Amino acid sequence: MKNDIILQLSVRSIRLNFLRSLLAAIGIVIGVVAISSMGMMGANMTMSVTEELSAMANVLVVKPDSGGGGGGMMGGGGSSSDDDYIDKDQFDDIERAAGKYGNVYPLYQESDTITIGDDDRRATIYGMRDEDMATILTVANGSLPQTSSSVVVGPTFAENNDLTIGSRITIGDEDDEEAIIQKVRVVGILEEKGMSMDLNSDNAIIMTEKAYNGLYGGEGEYDQVNVILYDINDADTATEAIEDKLNRKEDEVAVQDSSRMMESITSTVSTLTTFVMAIAGISLLVAATSIFNVMMMSVTERIREIGILRSIGTRKSEVLRMFIYEAVILGLVGAIIGAIMSVILGWLVVLAMVGTTKYFFTYQSLIYVPVSMAIGIAICVFSGVYPAWRAANLDPIEALRSD
Amino acid sequence: MTTVPVIELADVSKIYPLPSGDVLALDHLSIKIERGEFVAIMGPSGSGKSTLLNQIGGLDVPTSGTLRITGKNIRKMSDDKLTDLRLNAIGYIFQKFNLIPLLSAYENVEYPYILKHRCNDTTGRVSRLLADVGINKRLAKHKPAELSGGQQQRVAIARALVNDPDILLCDEPTGNLDTKTGGQIMEMLNGLHDQGRTVIIVTHDPSVGEQAERIIRIRDGKVADA
Repeated sequence: MKNDIILQLSVRSIRLNFLRSLLAAIGIVIGVVAISSMGMMGANMTMSVTEELSAMANVLVVKPDSGGGGGGMMGGGGSSSDDDYIDKDQFDDIERAAGKYGNVYPLYQESDTITIGDDDRRATIYGMRDEDMATILTVANGSLPQTSSSVVVGPTFAENNDLTIGSRITIGDEDDEEAIIQKVRVVGILEEKGMSMDLNSDNAIIMTEKAYNGLYGGEGEYDQVNVILYDINDADTATEAIEDKLNRKEDEVAVQDSSRMMESITSTVSTLTTFVMAIAGISLLVAATSIFNVMMMSVTERIREIGILRSIGTRKSEVLRMFIYEAVILGLVGAIIGAIMSVILGWLVVLAMVGTTKYFFTYQSLIYVPVSMAIGIAICVFSGVYPAWRAANLDPIEALRSD
Repeated sequence: MTTVPVIELADVSKIYPLPSGDVLALDHLSIKIERGEFVAIMGPSGSGKSTLLNQIGGLDVPTSGTLRITGKNIRKMSDDKLTDLRLNAIGYIFQKFNLIPLLSAYENVEYPYILKHRCNDTTGRVSRLLADVGINKRLAKHKPAELSGGQQQRVAIARALVNDPDILLCDEPTGNLDTKTGGQIMEMLNGLHDQGRTVIIVTHDPSVGEQAERIIRIRDGKVADA
């Protein structure tokens, strides 16, 4: 390799002022670590939230169109939206239209007074077909209900009401003489499902279709129909298919899809990430000032040396190169140490803030390491340009005269 | 056949513009120095001899007139061309030695060689020159700060010779040395002149000046007595 005497001079100057150079490089280390670990945290958070939301976003919820009151009218119900429902024929149509895109299941829903021990409270009660329970619900403890007097409850509901397998619940207002009262036993507690658009099973009582119809009547008059899509990208196609089938003459149903909500949440997370990274970027500005200061001191201290170099035949461009090299070396050393540390610290930050590191070693997360390295080096070079330019353009006669 | 003077100043003026008014440092100066001459430029402080030295050394260009170094008009040169001229045609020997503190004695001598040839010296020229000026291999590894004034000036002479320049330009070469060491350095410069080199010394020390073949006296930016 060709011997670059200019590079050697830069390296020796850094070695001569080792402590000062090290402090400047540490500034870059901190900046690189701050930017990349914040970036990685944001990326991991986005991916984690996206996955959580995806579980929710692959659902289409079909409800009777409350605007036109279509469902109710078709079913011969009243004019109030409470009486709106999706009837059996409409459900069959939905299943025919969207069955190939996902799992279609109907759901009964009611809010009612319940009594547990001596405490009265209100609770959400779902009614589901047996075959849907088997596919949609996951029991953590116990089993799915087989009879009209057994129910499963969500984990939050069980915890809030101190329910275990075998606990008894009275559904219906005991003070209301007209109300139908049903005493049921908890036979299963569900696994936690998280936030969801179709079925908030975590904080509800779920019973069989037969039990539900026994309590509230309305067999085949569903409150909503859910489509759990096999592929989230089919959301629009399935929505169109359902609307084409049912809303051809008048709006019978309304289809809600959650992808827009997910888009808005992920966009909020990335806005926050950018904001946090910008704050972390301030540390790089501080580092830039430190590098600038070190470079200016280096130039000032070496004015005479620059004069000597120029007088014995060193070109302006070579002097410029010498100081730029110095800045690049400081930047490179800082960025490399910063990169190693940001992988370690980033991992810890992600573990602490996001709670999982399963997305840590992905492209979207680790890309912040080379990006912040590049920013660190660029800032070093940028900070070194003016001092280097000043050094190169010193008048050799003046420079030689200085002490 | 006429030979081209190694340095030729024709009607050269140098004006420094200052807020308090222009300063005429060189006033229509005309000098010729032939190849192989040993010339001393003498004059009191403020006479303009340092300005003249900077012009001859290609560190500065005249405001008016023509200055030719080895036949080339330096007023028309770009900064890079002027830098290359300093690298190839002129060997500098300064009063304060002016070695590069970051480099060893050997590397100081090798530095202009690398700038010119873009590679390290594999011919042994640097070692030979150092031996010629009395710097042994052990001393050659030392940084300038670890050498005495005389040793530093010897290294500076070796550095000045490394690219085989047309002109050796010495600015008070014995000014920072004791009489004995100064005498040794002058002997060395005399020896280089005897080998056929052009040596120009700027000094105000008469004992140094009288060793030259020719003395150019400068006063108020003009030649007082050639």
